[in-house]
Amino acid sequence: MKPARFAYLRAATTEHALEALHQGGGEARVIAGGQSLVPMLTMRLARPALLVDIMHVAALSRTDDDGARITIGAAVRQRALETRDGLAQRQPLLAMALPWVGHMQTRSRGTVCGSIAHADPSAELPLVLVALGGQVHLLSRRRARRLAAEEFLTGMMVTARAEDELIEAVSVPAIRPGTGYAFREISRRHGDFAIAAFAAVADERGVRLAVGGVAAIPMARVLPTDQALGDALDAFAWDLDARDDLHASARYRRELVRRIGGDVALEALRDQQARAVKEAV
Amino acid sequence: MSRHGPAVLDAGQRHPVRFTLNGRTVSGEAEPRMLLHDFLRHVLGATGTHVGCEHGICGACTVQIDGAPARACLTLAVQADGAEIRTVEGLAPAADRLSVLQEAFRTHHGLQCGFCTPGILMTLDALLRERPDCGEAEVREALSGHLCRCTGYAPIVKAALAAAEALRETDHA
Repeated sequence: MKPARFAYLRAATTEHALEALHQGGGEARVIAGGQSLVPMLTMRLARPALLVDIMHVAALSRTDDDGARITIGAAVRQRALETRDGLAQRQPLLAMALPWVGHMQTRSRGTVCGSIAHADPSAELPLVLVALGGQVHLLSRRRARRLAAEEFLTGMMVTARAEDELIEAVSVPAIRPGTGYAFREISRRHGDFAIAAFAAVADERGVRLAVGGVAAIPMARVLPTDQALGDALDAFAWDLDARDDLHASARYRRELVRRIGGDVALEALRDQQARAVKEAV
Repeated sequence: MSRHGPAVLDAGQRHPVRFTLNGRTVSGEAEPRMLLHDFLRHVLGATGTHVGCEHGICGACTVQIDGAPARACLTLAVQADGAEIRTVEGLAPAADRLSVLQEAFRTHHGLQCGFCTPGILMTLDALLRERPDCGEAEVREALSGHLCRCTGYAPIVKAALAAAEALRETDHA
């Protein structure tokens, strides 16, 4: 298995990359860490005429934390974010989910934005982006725009990105007082694709549970925390329209949503209470 | 494009690629589509890196890129231009001496057919350097990025933990 022929450009600046995407149209693709794109090239599921390498653009290699939002540039590797000082204090959900992304051998190269661009339904980072209500920052020669995670992810490995657009960054809200977080993934082995993955955020509006690996895109819903939780989880499980595949049956996936989904929602509530106690001290 | 920066490397043409391999500067020519493992093996003749699935699952081709374990099959040779690459050929301190980790693999039967071994060694070498105090859980998690069809993994875990201990003792001595 070898990729078909393509040209390669190592972009020096963001403008340089945008110009190449503009001229290349649908024939040009961005390559960042390559951990999803290179297998697609090797299996010839993707056949771009030009790859635009953005990993040497210094402006895209930054993670910024302005107190309210954490903005992760297109060239930030998953491992760089995972090992960032204080990540667990600034955004616990990212710190919980990152060790589950691929393997350590792929996180060393793969980027955060690349995983979101790839939009695999079982991937952890799109799930976290949906759970946190994150945004995707898109840039082209024509315009700059920001889309909510749920506007950006439109289907299984399909996104709202136009052909000439670069994901310049993604951003998520930093931790807020009175908020709790939980994450859990069910897979055969650590590092395998998720059969189902769950991320929950508990705040003053209630507990919001996001589910990955079941529907074509990660889906989130605010759930009641009283005795109505069971029925709400059951309705959510059916609405996700789970399918049978090699790894698990639809029925098993629905059951995971009911049981593990419920556990993760309650865990986020407990985390919220634990953090409230700490904040009060 | 040249008015903005570097030129496009044309498809189907070979272009110079240069990086550091096990401490030595090496160079060769590669089409943009050439994967790093093919560049290592066929252009540079460094056949210690093995190739299994060629799509990032099996871990046989794992090398270290700029100090971190990574799949050579998920990296283009042209992406590696300017990087520091370490492969299994760089582990032994001398031609007649194995590294502590390699020696532990021999002692504890951490390999049988040896196909997956170069990749596993490169992952564990990085793990032991970064986390000298790592325990079984961390070793197993690192190994989850590799497939071995001979050993059942238990001897590999044993070898890794023995090597970690030996390296800690050397550090304290």
